[in-house]
Amino acid sequence: MTWDLVANVLIAGLLTGMVYGLMALGLSVIFGVVRVVNFAHGEMMTIAMYAAVILFVGFRLDPFLAVLPVAAAFFVFGYWLQKGLINPFITRPEHSQFMLLVAVAIIMVNVLLMVFGPDARNLQVDYQLESFEIGRLLVDKARVYAAGVALLTAGALFGFFRFTLTGKAIRACADNHLGALVVGLNVKHLYALTFGIGSACVAVAGCMMVLLVDVTPNLGPAYTLLAFITVIVGGMGSMPGAIVGGILIGMSEALAGLLISPSAKSMFSFGLLILVLLLRPQGLLGKKP
Amino acid sequence: MANHTDSPSGHDMRRRNLVKAVGAGAALAGFPAIVRAQSTKLKVGVILPRSGVQGLIGQSCQIGADIAPALIKDMLGVDIELMNADWETNVDVARTRAERLIQEGAHVLVGPFDSGAASAIAQVAEQKGVPFVINIAAAPPITEQGYKFVFRNFPTAIDLTVNGLALIGDLFRATNVAPRSAVFMHVNDTFGQAMNRGIGATLPRLTQLPFKIVDTISYDPAAKDLSVEVSKAKASKADFLLLVCRLNDAIILRREIVKQRWNIMGMISPGSPGIYEDQFQKALGKLSENCISNNPWYNPKTAMTAAVIKQMAKQFPKEKLHSHGANVSYTFESILIAADAFKRARTTNPKELADAIRQTNLTDRVSLGGPIKFNAKGQVEGNLSAALINKDGRPQVMLPASAAETKPVFPWPDYKA
Repeated sequence: MTWDLVANVLIAGLLTGMVYGLMALGLSVIFGVVRVVNFAHGEMMTIAMYAAVILFVGFRLDPFLAVLPVAAAFFVFGYWLQKGLINPFITRPEHSQFMLLVAVAIIMVNVLLMVFGPDARNLQVDYQLESFEIGRLLVDKARVYAAGVALLTAGALFGFFRFTLTGKAIRACADNHLGALVVGLNVKHLYALTFGIGSACVAVAGCMMVLLVDVTPNLGPAYTLLAFITVIVGGMGSMPGAIVGGILIGMSEALAGLLISPSAKSMFSFGLLILVLLLRPQGLLGKKP
Repeated sequence: MANHTDSPSGHDMRRRNLVKAVGAGAALAGFPAIVRAQSTKLKVGVILPRSGVQGLIGQSCQIGADIAPALIKDMLGVDIELMNADWETNVDVARTRAERLIQEGAHVLVGPFDSGAASAIAQVAEQKGVPFVINIAAAPPITEQGYKFVFRNFPTAIDLTVNGLALIGDLFRATNVAPRSAVFMHVNDTFGQAMNRGIGATLPRLTQLPFKIVDTISYDPAAKDLSVEVSKAKASKADFLLLVCRLNDAIILRREIVKQRWNIMGMISPGSPGIYEDQFQKALGKLSENCISNNPWYNPKTAMTAAVIKQMAKQFPKEKLHSHGANVSYTFESILIAADAFKRARTTNPKELADAIRQTNLTDRVSLGGPIKFNAKGQVEGNLSAALINKDGRPQVMLPASAAETKPVFPWPDYKA
């Protein structure tokens, strides 16, 4: 085994992990504040992927530019979804929330099947098949760009929650729901805003993911599961945790594929999940309840 | 409950019915052949996975069935009535659908594009004594059970592997190229594992092949990222990629080969779906060109294939035969086999129909291979594969030369050229 093979695989794992992190970011944001687990997360990302494909095919809009309209549309959709559908379930038992969002997910998959059919769709941009060559290392351009967007999005979210008044108000809601109500914060609006932001994150992830993966209506459940693993490993509700969890899973899968067997890749993400649940149930960067 | 004995008219009715029944019974007992021969229509129960995971393939096969009645009427003068059933990609459903088709009067069963379903239907057909002609299913045990009513006109998995590997040798000879090494990548599902075992057992015996497998890499067919797998394969420094794949993974692999600038001589499947499929070419565009797969296929040069193409254009103007390949050709042939046997047997009596099927000798056919003749086990021997290359957005036959639509190309040219 040569060093360049190991390095290439590790870099690929790192970049893929950052994209996983981006994907899990929205889930983490929503859970961190609203305390609702979005079981339609992967399906929403699939819709975003279709949106990116449509914008590319219809208007030749590069997915990096498509991020803006798709994220804006998803923000509105997420805001409406929380305010109109999910909010009445916030105080209900968790299994009710679970059933609601699973139902939403199933509806989404079936609508996609009706509209687009079962065939995979993709888009082809010039840089999609290109790689950066650094000595003997080859780094996939699309993955580098997608990882860059993941970092930018994480940074922007961090800045928003840390330095803006609205962000601070949302954090206040997350920290102390009753206290937030007492000081007069419009908690329902802030929850809806958070769901909108989380959905916009999902949209960004979808626009990036479509550069790496062909989209089919049935893609959602697998990505919902992957996002869960990422968030649980990183720490539920922790934004840096989502990125760290993604990187860990991406790299462990890559190394398992290289050193053990490619067939065993996904087994390792689940192995990591069990290990974290046993040793640090709140996740690597999560707070103890 | 009505008491018919109290009514004189009821009594008369019973007497008349009794006379009719006795008359009919006598007719059946005395002149069975004449009565059965009066059935002028062959009812074919077509059982395919038209929904579920294999739904698209089932619908593809269904085209082969749907064109059969009109075409066979023209060719043999036989009337066919199709009784279509969907086994929903669920083996238990396959079994119950087969039972129901028989109850509803199917004289012969055709289908089902799957070895598991074929095994289940074969048990039902054998139990009920109704002929079953398998269109597509490769598991060898199906025709190793000593069944009397089960027939298969499709290569077994062993034949598929041998045919596919032999064609690779033919390709190298035709292009005067002798790669020394291959890296073998395969999906880790049941099909991929079976092919892995088959290739492992067959390759050492095919001494005419110039290459050795230097590394074997199995992967999950549902994988969304195959960068690690391709990195490993590239590190093997093999001359070409031997691939047993499905559709989506084949697309991801081809892209990854370009991304990682893996300069191999080509990508050849010794017998698996994926590479020749429409979606592979739609998704990859020019990247799909010159990818090779060796599969059971139709012979583009026969008169019967021309007739099939013409009938498809009439009934399914948007569909092309090359998009459906063996699905259409083998499904159509299964019904042709049944119709030909019915014509010769002049009866729908299941045993006589099965005997007639056993005597089949069809030299004119759609699929590549020798005449359709069943051996003692009910298996057609001599079905061949074609070496297909993707060219101009569709799979074209390179080999065997007698059926070639285009010249053999190996190694593949740079896709940018």
